[in-house]
Amino acid sequence: MNIHELRKLYLKQEKTTFCPGCGYEIFINCLLKAVEEMKKKLDDFNFVEGIGCSGWVASNYFKADNFHTTHGRPVAFATGVKLANPKLNVIVIGGDGDTASIGGNHLIHAARKNIPIAVFCLNNFLYGMTGGQAGPTTPINSKTSTTTEGNADIPFDLVKLVLGAGAKYVNRYPTAYPHLLVKGIKNMLSADGFRFMEIISQCPRQYGQRNQMRWASKMLLWQKEHFISKEKVRSLNDETLKDKIIFGEFQSLKEYLELLREG
Amino acid sequence: MERKISIEQTLCRGCNLCVEMCPKKVFEDGEEISPEGFKLKKVANPTKCTGCKLCELFCPGAINLKIEEKETPSYSPRLRLGRGGPPEARLARGGWRETKNPLTPGKYFWQGNKAVVEAALACGCRFFAGYPITPANEILEEMAKRMKVVDGVMVQAEDEIAAISMILGASWAGLKAITATSGPGFALMQENLSLADMTETPCVVVDVQRAGPSTGQPTRPGAMDMREVRYGSHGAIQRIVLYPESVQELYDLTIKAFNLSERFRTPVILLSDAYLAHLSESVEIKEKIDAFDRIYIPGEPPFGPTPDFSTPSMPRFGDGEFLSITGSTHDKLGARSTADSGIQEELISHLQNKIIKQKEELVDCEELFLNDAKIVVVAFGTVGRSAKWAVREARKRGKKVGFLRPRIVYPFPADKIKELSGKVRKFVVPEMNQGQMFYVVREKISREVVSLPQPNGQIIDPRRILKYLLGEGW
Repeated sequence: MNIHELRKLYLKQEKTTFCPGCGYEIFINCLLKAVEEMKKKLDDFNFVEGIGCSGWVASNYFKADNFHTTHGRPVAFATGVKLANPKLNVIVIGGDGDTASIGGNHLIHAARKNIPIAVFCLNNFLYGMTGGQAGPTTPINSKTSTTTEGNADIPFDLVKLVLGAGAKYVNRYPTAYPHLLVKGIKNMLSADGFRFMEIISQCPRQYGQRNQMRWASKMLLWQKEHFISKEKVRSLNDETLKDKIIFGEFQSLKEYLELLREG
Repeated sequence: MERKISIEQTLCRGCNLCVEMCPKKVFEDGEEISPEGFKLKKVANPTKCTGCKLCELFCPGAINLKIEEKETPSYSPRLRLGRGGPPEARLARGGWRETKNPLTPGKYFWQGNKAVVEAALACGCRFFAGYPITPANEILEEMAKRMKVVDGVMVQAEDEIAAISMILGASWAGLKAITATSGPGFALMQENLSLADMTETPCVVVDVQRAGPSTGQPTRPGAMDMREVRYGSHGAIQRIVLYPESVQELYDLTIKAFNLSERFRTPVILLSDAYLAHLSESVEIKEKIDAFDRIYIPGEPPFGPTPDFSTPSMPRFGDGEFLSITGSTHDKLGARSTADSGIQEELISHLQNKIIKQKEELVDCEELFLNDAKIVVVAFGTVGRSAKWAVREARKRGKKVGFLRPRIVYPFPADKIKELSGKVRKFVVPEMNQGQMFYVVREKISREVVSLPQPNGQIIDPRRILKYLLGEGW
């Protein structure tokens, strides 16, 4: 089945309420494709979401069991669901504010305890639903509604954070490479233990508009410039690596730090 | 390979991703304008398509890309369009059942916190999540030992917010769940307690009260959360709150708390305090326990409003019901509706009436000498022990005093108090706080109500209440 048919089959309504060009649409497509390629059904998975645009992905559209919880707590709710019934395949879908800011504590502790859940963090660099305020992953110097002269704080490197907390499987993919995203999601869903995936998504409405990237395609081209795969990193010199963010799959903090040349 | 590309115009959002991201420039701007004001896209050069499928992954569902490959897939996609789930999910379950107590019947000498643990396990609770806090620690420690024996789950959470989140998750996964905390931790739980109200999630929260505000005196008793338990959450929907006075009652009311929680699909708060939690007394264990399990009827809507304000059926994760649980305003199938005033009103009315309609059943009071009493002492929980002694002594000295102790604090037995106010001159409310339940009693009646507050972290001395009843002042 193609994406068009998969969406007709698995989504409660064909037309979503996401803004035109939203990266979460790409995530939905990739997740459906990954599930299809794994020869599974969407309702083999149970979804737990937080609040924000990311909370709408599963709770509003997926024909599967889902629990739309409070802001920042989906990882804790999912822990309860999974431990109470270990047969369930529990997926958490959260935004960057959800998983890394208000829910940061739950994230690192679930990673430390190796709770067998898959956490997808849809990172669009800010709080989109509430009007584009700066979040824990907002890149330095970017403009948001609360940092109109540029963000002064250093953003979280979520991969480093979660690997540091003891996770054994972490990956990061930008939406600019949807085929890799599908591969990443498939690996996420078939791995064991605690899994974390940071999906670098675009928010043209709130983030792009304020940062000279009004169209989604511009944001994707920006992603292609700034994100570099783990395989290509080794061939680069320190100078070109400076502004780049590495994507791919990571099994340990040591490996990641070596790629960052901080090891 | 043959490729057919079409764009469903109603689904096109005009985001331009297909035009710009297609490496072969298959798409172009069309002539029509989308409702959002963007130019709808059209397929301009279908022959250039290489079948990389990038466009359909970028598109919000409008592009219908058909590539007929020679080899057909080796599996047939298992499509589930109706209800699915395991065979056992097609049977109704739940209701009252008589169960054998796992402990040998007889007398046990237990601490209050231990009694809570044993009662929870006896009525089928198999999930505990908690965070260390004095004076509720023994519940956490005891659960860690006992859950292993009964094959249940005990999680030491990273904070109280996680603890309540976990028990709500576990509850939807099908287990009876409980957490225990004290004042500061209880305050952290408020947000998710209101989620439990909204999503009609059964769970039991034990609040072992201590002297506050803030950290206060962690090892000293208080009744500082008497109004927070009812009005603490935003929205403040009806809650069921129980407050026992002895270890025996702590055991019995824990079972009752689970039964009420499962029957009404609502969080039930079991109050205790630092005194009761660490008091050791004998507890009589009976052979059989009546336990209620949440009712599930396949295919029934999982949320309110129900026509007669009854409790809706509760499926669990994995039953194949496509459960949609949300803290936003929702209809009976769980579909979110955040702008419809009618649905909001109906839902709130359902959540309130689900409990209020059963309020006669939810009256559970201990009464003494109420027939001819002119002054009635209304006491809650531990204070009841002191007050009862004082009332008995005052009676011996010829004072016409009576005693009323609601075991179920909320819904507050307003009818009972109103009925009494016809013949009683004065109500007296001694409390281990600065006067909280006093206001609740006073708002129901027009008789004189006197508050006897003692927020000093000590049990109220029975002699102090007696002195007051004999006219010596507070």
